[in-house]
Amino acid sequence: MSITLSNISKRFGAFSALNNINLEIPDGDLVALLGPSGCGKTTLLRIIAGLEQADQGDVFLRGDKVTDKSVKNRHIGFVFQHYALFRHMTVFDNIAFGLRVKPSKDRPSEAVIRKRVHDLLSLVQLDWLHDRFPDQLSGGQRQRIALARALAVEPSVLLLDEPFGALDASVRKDLRLWLRHLHHELDVTTIFVTHDQEEAMEVASQIVVLNKGKIEQKGTPSEIYDSPSNDFVSHFIGQTNVFDLQKGDSAWLKSAGIVLDDAEGITAHVRPHHIGVEKLSDGSASPIILKDWQHLGATIRLELSNEGLNGSAKTIYAEMPSDQFKQLGLDKGDKVSLFIKHAHWFNLAKPQVPEAATDFYV
Amino acid sequence: MNTISPVMPSRTKSLTIGDADWVRYALVVLTLAIIGVFLILPLATVLIEAFAKGWTAYASSLTHPDTVAAIKLTLLTAAITVPLTTVFGVSAAWAIARFEFRGKSLLITLIDLPFSVSPVIAGLIYVLIFGAQGWFGSWFSDHDIKIIFAVPGIVLATLFVTFPFVARELIPLMQEIGHEEEEAALSLGASGWQTFFKITLPNIKWGLLYGVLLCNARAMGEFGAVSVVSGHIRGLTNTLPLHIEVSYNEYDFVGAFASASLLAGLAVVTLVVKTFLEWKQKQDLKA
Repeated sequence: MSITLSNISKRFGAFSALNNINLEIPDGDLVALLGPSGCGKTTLLRIIAGLEQADQGDVFLRGDKVTDKSVKNRHIGFVFQHYALFRHMTVFDNIAFGLRVKPSKDRPSEAVIRKRVHDLLSLVQLDWLHDRFPDQLSGGQRQRIALARALAVEPSVLLLDEPFGALDASVRKDLRLWLRHLHHELDVTTIFVTHDQEEAMEVASQIVVLNKGKIEQKGTPSEIYDSPSNDFVSHFIGQTNVFDLQKGDSAWLKSAGIVLDDAEGITAHVRPHHIGVEKLSDGSASPIILKDWQHLGATIRLELSNEGLNGSAKTIYAEMPSDQFKQLGLDKGDKVSLFIKHAHWFNLAKPQVPEAATDFYV
Repeated sequence: MNTISPVMPSRTKSLTIGDADWVRYALVVLTLAIIGVFLILPLATVLIEAFAKGWTAYASSLTHPDTVAAIKLTLLTAAITVPLTTVFGVSAAWAIARFEFRGKSLLITLIDLPFSVSPVIAGLIYVLIFGAQGWFGSWFSDHDIKIIFAVPGIVLATLFVTFPFVARELIPLMQEIGHEEEEAALSLGASGWQTFFKITLPNIKWGLLYGVLLCNARAMGEFGAVSVVSGHIRGLTNTLPLHIEVSYNEYDFVGAFASASLLAGLAVVTLVVKTFLEWKQKQDLKA
């Protein structure tokens, strides 16, 4: 195991930021700590780095207990959200910093340092910027320089705090893929913090979903998406329609052909692409109409409304490939029938029971 | 693209969105007149009076042993207080900008105390504590240590009044710069001292120099607090400002104004350097 956390807890005053976190991260993984803001993910990352001290629990890096070691002695690479490049140093000096502050017996010669810095600069494809100052760089360039600086000291783990948070959308997309490829190349255990589920899905090989200082689920992106272990994860990862049966949403399910005897505390989460839609003739009695639709590129998102159903008025979303939508020939205001291909069921009355989440196929 | 300038007649502009031209000119003239009468003229008077009896009189009054002693004492006081205030300022700013602790706002208020206390009172406090009739006075006189009416008292009084200068300058600056660069340095394996000298100090250097400069100007120019504890012993406990007063009271106008010209010169240099430092710091923060 590259990183092991056991029973980590952290409080800030009365606020419990982390609650008994246990986590093992194998060598070479690329892990996303994913959660809404305030869930404790950055605190956890800083505790691993040694920038923050846990109130209780231990941190192990490559089997060594480092709980009481300072950040200086943990041999980690940390990339800050706003990069924290040294503003009075050139790009070259920034990257060389970690090598130059080594005690004289471990410090490489200036020639070795120069070679290493230029190697890193070519790795991040920015060798031509070596004599610039941080304020002369774009956001994406700063990000890559910060990464090169962290890699200069050959860290055993790489920790990135919201690595794409401060970037433009287009730069972000490029850097995500770049980071994934870089990780393949370097094979250094990497953890990054993000609140963006799409980013986590796209970049990480493992996702740890955090909420309110606790781990809700960990697994590969497909595991997290296809079998969320509770309603929080299901709701947080990807789009989902929530049917709360106590609030009269059972009418929706009935109209889709699902009838439940005991609806107490049960919610059903249905992803938009798991809802099938068919056109009905005008004369039929279906209460569901197509209110609006949007073109999202390859898929079409349908806004369906149930104004005629008894129960609260509500809009649900379905998605289908745009070809299929064209074949249906639907128009705004058309009556439709729907069927649910796949749902996740959660029993909120007994949230602790693992069986609460069950798959349901039609 | 300087060749293309907006063809907006300035009169229309000033009539629509600003004040009439005569208001602007009147305000500028008024300001210049006030500065002229209250700042430039007195400063010029200092020089005119200093040279009233010619170069030789000016030079000889500056080389008079009492004047030389006053200059030396002033430099000594500044040489002791400025480094101490600097060390204190950096530590206090570090503590306040970097750590959360109980009573932090109280500490900030306390640092400002010397600004709100009259310097004369500051001097008096030390007389009450260390003077012959003071709390510790007898203990010090038993051990033959002179504080009041001696150099230590002058240094203490100057310390009191210059205490906040560096801290006041650095606290907002360090809060603005933040802690991330230092954390980055630590994560790269730098020690605490390496981080301070290679990261923190370069980041705050202009602000620090600015504070040191103001502190130095005050240390050399302080009159009230020093006056109370000095005892005005000619050639021994007179700093430059005190020496000016003594000379003036004894109708030695050339001597008084010659010494005053030194302090005026210090003020001008301070002003120029201060402007330069402000400009540098702004450049750095922009980066």
